[in-house]
Amino acid sequence: MHESKNKSGRILAAPENFVAPDLAQEITTKGLNEARRGFLRKSFLAASGAAVAGSSFAKGLSASEIEAGGDPNILNLPEHSTTLGKAVASTPYGMPSKFETHLLRRESPGLTRVSQASVAFAPLQGLFGIITPNGLHFERHHQGWYDIDPTKHRLMVNGMVKQAKVYTMDDIMRLPSVSRMHFIECGANTATEWGNVAVPTVQYTHGMLSCCEFTGVPLSVLLDDCGFDRKNGKFVLAEGGDGSSMTRTVAMDRALDDAIVAYGMNGEMLRPENGYPLRLVVPGVQGVSWVKWLRRIEVGDMPWGAKDEAIHYVDLQPDGQQRQYTSIQECKSVITSPSGGQTLVDKGFFNITGLAWSGRGKVKRVDVSADGGRTWRTARLEGPVLTKCLTRFNIDWTWDGSPAVLQARAIDDTGYVQPKGNQLRAVRGTKSIYHNNAIQSWQVAATGEVSNVQIY
Amino acid sequence: MSRFTKPLLIAATLLTCLAGPSADAADLAGIGRPATQKEVAAWDIDVRPDFKGLPKGAGTVVKGQDVWEGKCASCHGVFGESNNVFTPIIGGTTKEDMVSGHVAALANGKQPQRTTMMKVPTVSTLWDYIHRAMPWNAPKSLSTEEVYAVTAYILNMAEIVPADFTLSDQNIAEVQKKMPNRNGMTSKHGLWDVKGTPDVHNVACMKNCPVQTVVSSFLPDIARGASGNLADQNRQFGPVRGVQTPAPGTPVSTAVTTKVAAASAPGNTTPAAQTPVATTAGQGVALLNQNSCVACHGMTNKIVGPGFNEVMAKYKGDAGAQARLEAKVKNGGSGAWGPIPMPPQTTIKDDDIKTMVRWILTGS
Repeated sequence: MHESKNKSGRILAAPENFVAPDLAQEITTKGLNEARRGFLRKSFLAASGAAVAGSSFAKGLSASEIEAGGDPNILNLPEHSTTLGKAVASTPYGMPSKFETHLLRRESPGLTRVSQASVAFAPLQGLFGIITPNGLHFERHHQGWYDIDPTKHRLMVNGMVKQAKVYTMDDIMRLPSVSRMHFIECGANTATEWGNVAVPTVQYTHGMLSCCEFTGVPLSVLLDDCGFDRKNGKFVLAEGGDGSSMTRTVAMDRALDDAIVAYGMNGEMLRPENGYPLRLVVPGVQGVSWVKWLRRIEVGDMPWGAKDEAIHYVDLQPDGQQRQYTSIQECKSVITSPSGGQTLVDKGFFNITGLAWSGRGKVKRVDVSADGGRTWRTARLEGPVLTKCLTRFNIDWTWDGSPAVLQARAIDDTGYVQPKGNQLRAVRGTKSIYHNNAIQSWQVAATGEVSNVQIY
Repeated sequence: MSRFTKPLLIAATLLTCLAGPSADAADLAGIGRPATQKEVAAWDIDVRPDFKGLPKGAGTVVKGQDVWEGKCASCHGVFGESNNVFTPIIGGTTKEDMVSGHVAALANGKQPQRTTMMKVPTVSTLWDYIHRAMPWNAPKSLSTEEVYAVTAYILNMAEIVPADFTLSDQNIAEVQKKMPNRNGMTSKHGLWDVKGTPDVHNVACMKNCPVQTVVSSFLPDIARGASGNLADQNRQFGPVRGVQTPAPGTPVSTAVTTKVAAASAPGNTTPAAQTPVATTAGQGVALLNQNSCVACHGMTNKIVGPGFNEVMAKYKGDAGAQARLEAKVKNGGSGAWGPIPMPPQTTIKDDDIKTMVRWILTGS
């Protein structure tokens, strides 16, 4: 009924400013007669009246709306404005608006063959700020997920410790807690793009990325409590309680620095898909080390060479050597909107927005280019800017309707500058799968359609 | 080494260092308890490259072949070569690689897909992983002997040990010295340590920066719809809209799965979600997904086993099919659709098998 209001913008054929489509059609097919001239004059006067009164406001109104004196969404009070609304706690666990059905975690078709050892990507293209809603946090499982009874869950710490111990959730949640905001990025995020463009949107290029406030006990507290071997205990093994009982080696300096045995995620308990009731958080390190459904920590004097350290999560170099224990997620950024697979609604002003992060510290600066990297402007960083945490950046941009290529480039507080794809490939080739932190390019066509391209 | 515990704990730690272990848990009184030996033994199952943690035992290649064909071949192929469900285990390694300890195909690109045996440097990794996580739908169900045997069989298929070989805790370290890619790993890179040195360097040029004027890679038109309709993956208000990218030839299976997923998404009131979630049809599909049946059976296509549509067509009008197929799922079977056996699904509840078979046969 009020379609024209919902569809305003360049991407859908907008009616002439002052001629209703049916009238235009009639004029086209039958020519102008006096009656039609009269209509035309009337419409024109109404349109110019609006223009005089309030700039080009009438541009967004159809002829029938001008006839009616304005937008029916304003003129006709809606039901929600004229009737009694719902009671409190109608949905005891709040849900998103019924209109928010498009931004969902999604698998990338064809990427994996078994959905229990697969990935669901976070819809970065429509998220705001730096916190990922718990229901949209990306998922990566190695052998399916379970919803584990927290009263039966146990954490064991053993190995090179004076006293191997068992902790219940009661124990762990009694301990001194910390709450820290950190990003988690799968080591294979952006893996499809090493050689060439493979997927259309930022959800699939960068969506193995999320950021939460995690609450838990520092791993160092538990290691201390068990009296770990400070001299020879150089590594810890983290082991999950799921079918895969996934294991990863974490270097002791990472374990003692800022690793957290976490149960909280954005103010509530972890979601089952994210390790409920307990997971390891290893800030700055790739997601595979953030072992979910954490059941055991072992202290040892050498790395374990587990399946996900010796067969997967190894970065093949051009000389045939595989880099093992690649862990740190280096500085990276991406524009999330406008981004691939989107179309700009019109020419004119836009807010370019995106995310930047570094596994080595804080984001110091983000530069944005709209001309494929020839010239760059420094974007605004939204606070807070935290270590090993997503940082939101924004920058103004006026699109004049001509083709453009949008890019972001982050710099962290070590001074490291996010590299171009060709710089990465010159060192690491195209088969290393993991740790692709290349500058992402989004091409804007004259139609307003944005697509994933590589120009480096 | 930086620490971030509360000042109180730092003080406690310092005290510990000075006063010795007895003061260790002073501030954490009443938290946790000692693990029993039996508990540690039950969970501490990891096997390191130096074989710390390896249980004593042995298994023959011959026995391994038996286990393999019953429990592994359905996903990995009879010769470990299958690329249907998981990436191949066997292939791409040579006798020369066993001498050098470097798999040449990793550098020369002659093998299009990297296999497990091309990548893995250590037998311990195979043993540990098979023991903790295999078979796929019944992890930790293999006996120690079976793990040794299956590991031996894989090593035999990769031509590292002979067909009459018995792998044991006594000789496993010697076998590891023959692994084709044992020298193929390096930790000399900047990504292990948070203070590591980056290997790739860019500079933050701001004006008149060198650029390439051509787009070197873009998504071909034919692939536009490969990730579904992007219009449905963006909001319908705001500064942008998703591009309409209809996916021609979208398999039915994707649609069904999406529907189920959408139905269980919170707050979703699309028409799909308004259909009752608790229908047996929805349950059937959900169970097939949950129990990994779809790893080997496509909704409308053969993968390892027949597509569900093929099964439905074959048994159409056969009143006894429900009971027979339930038994087949439970006990396994072979011969009806080809040489690859379907392994018994002993861990699935009878009611769930009934629901799944009913869905396969009737679609409801």
